[in-house]
Amino acid sequence: MTDTVAGAPATFGARGYPAALEWIARRAEAFVIPIAALIVGMVLFSLFILAVGKSPIQLYETMWRGGFGSWFSVQNSLSRAAPLLLAALCVALPARLGLVVIGGEGAIVLGGVAAAAAGMALNGAPSFIVILVMGVAGMAAGGIWIGAVGALRHYRAVNETISSLLMAYIAIALMNQLVEGPLRDPASLNKPSTQPLAEIYRIGNMPGMEVHWGLAVGVVACMLSWVLIEKTRWGFAARIAGGNVRAAQVQGLAVGSLIVGFTGLAGAFAGLAGMLEVAAVQGSANASLAAGYGYTGILVAFLARHNPLAIIPVAFLLGGIDASGGLIQRRMDLPDATVLVLQGMLFIVILFSETLYGRFKAFNPDLWQRSS
Amino acid sequence: MDATGIGLWGVPLAILGGAIRVSTPFIFVSLGEAITERSGRINLGLEGTLVFGAMSAYAVAVMTGSPWLGLIAAAFAGLCFGLFHGWICKFPKVNDIAIGIALMLFGSGLAFFFGKPFIQPSAPDLPAIPLGAWSDIPQVQAALDVNMLFLIGAALAVFLWWAFRNTRAGLILRVVGDSSDAARAMGLNPNTVRLAATGVGGALAGIGGAYLSLYYPGSWTEGISSGQGLMAVALVIFARWNPLGCFAAALLFGGAGALGPALQSVGVTQGYYLFYAAPYILTLVIMIATSSPSRSLAGAPGELSITK
Repeated sequence: MTDTVAGAPATFGARGYPAALEWIARRAEAFVIPIAALIVGMVLFSLFILAVGKSPIQLYETMWRGGFGSWFSVQNSLSRAAPLLLAALCVALPARLGLVVIGGEGAIVLGGVAAAAAGMALNGAPSFIVILVMGVAGMAAGGIWIGAVGALRHYRAVNETISSLLMAYIAIALMNQLVEGPLRDPASLNKPSTQPLAEIYRIGNMPGMEVHWGLAVGVVACMLSWVLIEKTRWGFAARIAGGNVRAAQVQGLAVGSLIVGFTGLAGAFAGLAGMLEVAAVQGSANASLAAGYGYTGILVAFLARHNPLAIIPVAFLLGGIDASGGLIQRRMDLPDATVLVLQGMLFIVILFSETLYGRFKAFNPDLWQRSS
Repeated sequence: MDATGIGLWGVPLAILGGAIRVSTPFIFVSLGEAITERSGRINLGLEGTLVFGAMSAYAVAVMTGSPWLGLIAAAFAGLCFGLFHGWICKFPKVNDIAIGIALMLFGSGLAFFFGKPFIQPSAPDLPAIPLGAWSDIPQVQAALDVNMLFLIGAALAVFLWWAFRNTRAGLILRVVGDSSDAARAMGLNPNTVRLAATGVGGALAGIGGAYLSLYYPGSWTEGISSGQGLMAVALVIFARWNPLGCFAAALLFGGAGALGPALQSVGVTQGYYLFYAAPYILTLVIMIATSSPSRSLAGAPGELSITK
């Protein structure tokens, strides 16, 4: 039954259907089910909005206007998508190894603090060196933090889901301690912060738009991650180890190095997101670093089914939903948590849709009846 | 001893009092999670259940004036969340840990959505029993002001410890948790048992949430739970799924949580945020110390995905 031809040849398959049709059917499942799940989630959310006495049509219209309807709102959504891309990679890369890491927030926060500290230490050096060192510092801090989660998982069998989240709380406490203590700028009174970065060390906007370069960094990181997972032997080895650790070890794969490497890289991306928040948005490290990007990133990664290329559109979608929260609050007199409810519903429906894969004959040409 | 100036003795006393106050939600969430995990599923969504329970308890207490009605509302809300988790996880390929993460976000989001109008008004508190009335020292009295729920939690821990071993329901729960196949061979439906176990676990977590908003800290804010629901999940593993162990571990965690405020009350303000992180660090250290890559955990239910 495995006699289908790779690629999309213009011949006929074994069951007498055009091979192109079979080719499309086999791939359609990965698009149709998530999109259907998104629609179901939005319908359920409409019922919720009806139940609290508001108009779902007005809500989605407001959401469209706030997140996607104009060039201004699209730029706003793209700006929010930038950290989400990197935060989602922090979930998607370990997921290839079968690990559920949900503490990306901690790596973002520490990456931001490390970057700010590096920027303070190198004050006066040429700007490209400072920005480069800030990026490296942020990635190192995040990489060590999440890499430690992977190491604990492999060498001590500590559950990575719980340990990563505990470490996120520890990271936030560490940030508060550093920002209120040794790294505090005495001039920041109400909101303890590190010393603001000089203007030349700030990362600016991309040409022609009000979106900082972090978006491009995030998109490139997603593409590189896709190449790593799909086109390199490390990605292949990680998928084997994620399926069956024993089999991978029998094959002679260095499972420990794979786990620490993938979680370290995942943390490095999240740390880079923190560095970008400091260098491109906040200008200094402070409590605003723990803005929840790490948690929305979990949702992005699961919606994208841990495919780095799919993360790009999903991050834009959720960035837009996030961005429209303020407008929904003002126009419709709904709490700002409205978007959280929508996100929670989408998350549950998407996870539920996992049970549908492989259930539909339409997506599996092997089960089709012969046409002649 | 001078009644007003007990000096550094105030620190262990404040930690003891704090342990009793802070540990109560841990006790309920961890006992609930112990029941759920014994059935072979893990519910990380108890964090969201805790927050939603806190909100619904506070809202009902504000509207009716009765903290006990609030408590019942929280338990009912928790039951609904638990039953939903139990129902959705019976479908093949639906991951219980991932659903837990989703319910964590959904429960918190829903609580913030409905809880907005209740941030301002104040609700009646659950009553406390002044077990320290024999003493003249105000710090001792404060430390031994014990809430009813703490005592109920302690009794529940003993009851569950006994019930897991000695009742039919306890045996059924353990069989289902250890082997779905063995349970089916006995004519039991594992999904039904897990549905019930997750529902009861959710209800207990809801009660833990009610304690947060109706006694200590005693108000509804969006930051009311800071990972207690998740730490309780780790605590159950540390306690080896033993209800008495859960109770002891909850006290330990409560004491760690009270360390920062206790030191602050005697004037130690250095490193306040690091002391605040003490429960998380303690949890992590305990997890590292008690896990091992070479042997499975003693007493772990065989069907539990987290220990496989």
